[in-house]
Amino acid sequence: MTLDELGRYLSSPSNREQLVEQFGQHVYLSLVPLLLGLLVAVPLGWGAQRLPPVRAVVFGGASVLYTVPSLALFVVIPGIIGTRTLDSVNVVVALTLYTAALLVRSVVGALDAVPGPVTAAATAMGYRPLRRFLTVELPLAVPVLTAGVRVASVSNISLVSVGALIGTGGLGVLFTEGFRTRYLAPILVGIVLTLLLALVVDRALVLARNSLTPWTRLTPGGSR
Amino acid sequence: MIQQLIEWLADPAHWRGPDGIPTRLLEHLYYCLVAAGFATLVALPAGLFVGHTGRGGTLLVGAGNALRALPTLGLVTFLYLVVGGTQTATLIGLVVLAVPPILAGAYSGVQQVDRRVVDAAVGVGMTRWQRLWQVEVPNAMPLILGGIRNAVLQVVATAAVAAYVGLGGLGRYVLDGIRAVDYPKVLAGALLVALLAILLDVVLSGVQWLVVPAGLRTAGVGDEGRRRPRRSARREVRGETTDTGGGRVDGRAGHGLRKR
Repeated sequence: MTLDELGRYLSSPSNREQLVEQFGQHVYLSLVPLLLGLLVAVPLGWGAQRLPPVRAVVFGGASVLYTVPSLALFVVIPGIIGTRTLDSVNVVVALTLYTAALLVRSVVGALDAVPGPVTAAATAMGYRPLRRFLTVELPLAVPVLTAGVRVASVSNISLVSVGALIGTGGLGVLFTEGFRTRYLAPILVGIVLTLLLALVVDRALVLARNSLTPWTRLTPGGSR
Repeated sequence: MIQQLIEWLADPAHWRGPDGIPTRLLEHLYYCLVAAGFATLVALPAGLFVGHTGRGGTLLVGAGNALRALPTLGLVTFLYLVVGGTQTATLIGLVVLAVPPILAGAYSGVQQVDRRVVDAAVGVGMTRWQRLWQVEVPNAMPLILGGIRNAVLQVVATAAVAAYVGLGGLGRYVLDGIRAVDYPKVLAGALLVALLAILLDVVLSGVQWLVVPAGLRTAGVGDEGRRRPRRSARREVRGETTDTGGGRVDGRAGHGLRKR
């Protein structure tokens, strides 16, 4: 394997076209579940934080779900929801479940960490529970929540590749193709692009957190 | 569908020979134990050292983060082409993926031991070694074991994926089943892998409970690490970061660490 080979691989227009297409697929298949998982986790975490029995059930379920290996979940989902076996919807659903399972703990931890006096003050000022949750507790939960979202994004981005084994798109296609043709260049390019995507998304999340939590910059030694 | 699955599992032909369930299960277990064992041998001393001395923490966290983003299928196919030989190549891959969680667990475990406790140990005249073995390691036990649990889950999952490059184990059923469009076989494989993962996790959580010193449990710090995340979470709200790279690594499986 030489740099030469890598150059030759990248100089072919059809290869480059494929790279762009699979990269786009990869972004779609990893970020859509991240968003959906967050949307599922917030109400679930809200309930779990308030009601101990709900907390026990949700945490137990999330724990078991998170233990199930990705390949197993990818192939079981069509049997449960009736999609076709080789459909990218399966990957989206599976990753949404993983994301939600991971984030529900972050949501509960984040809400737990909201200082009691703050919620008490909001209540005293006449905030109803829903408005208080959306405008006081949730914003204060952003830093802890972002920590969870960052972990979930990295894990989604690396997991989408496994989907190639069940025939979905994304950068994993480069790995299966490289294996079939005994050609190292696409595998290397796929690994590098995956790492790069993870890095870019992670930085974007940090930026988003910082712009959502302007008060952290007022404390000495604030955010990174 | 469930009936077909049960029929597949009940067929005695699927319980015999080199492609039988017992053989595949033992293969899978064997890869997991070897890889997790090797990874522990490498990562545990390194993590304890870094946590104890505080030297190289940033480097370790950075390297761990980069490894978390590494796609397992990419690593496995890459090693297969470079190293050659299915078993050697994939076992190397499994070890590589099992190292970061163990490292992170040991490092953050030792590092998060209450400063006052360590100071007290110095105050009563303990040597470095005594401090490490009698104070820091016992206190770090929940997180150390948590890291090992994560590593084992990672390895169970990755070994299944590695069936793609010809590794044995339970992943064979899933991938051979997909190729042959034999869905009951795929399902049986998935079910067995999932059960193995859950079973190993339950066993290890039992071990975790056993090796955590009783004093730590009554103090309410050890078991499930329930208090620590709360404290660090509170600090995060104020904008200070306590992130040790794995999100928050508490004693629980999976959470805060990468999914495979």
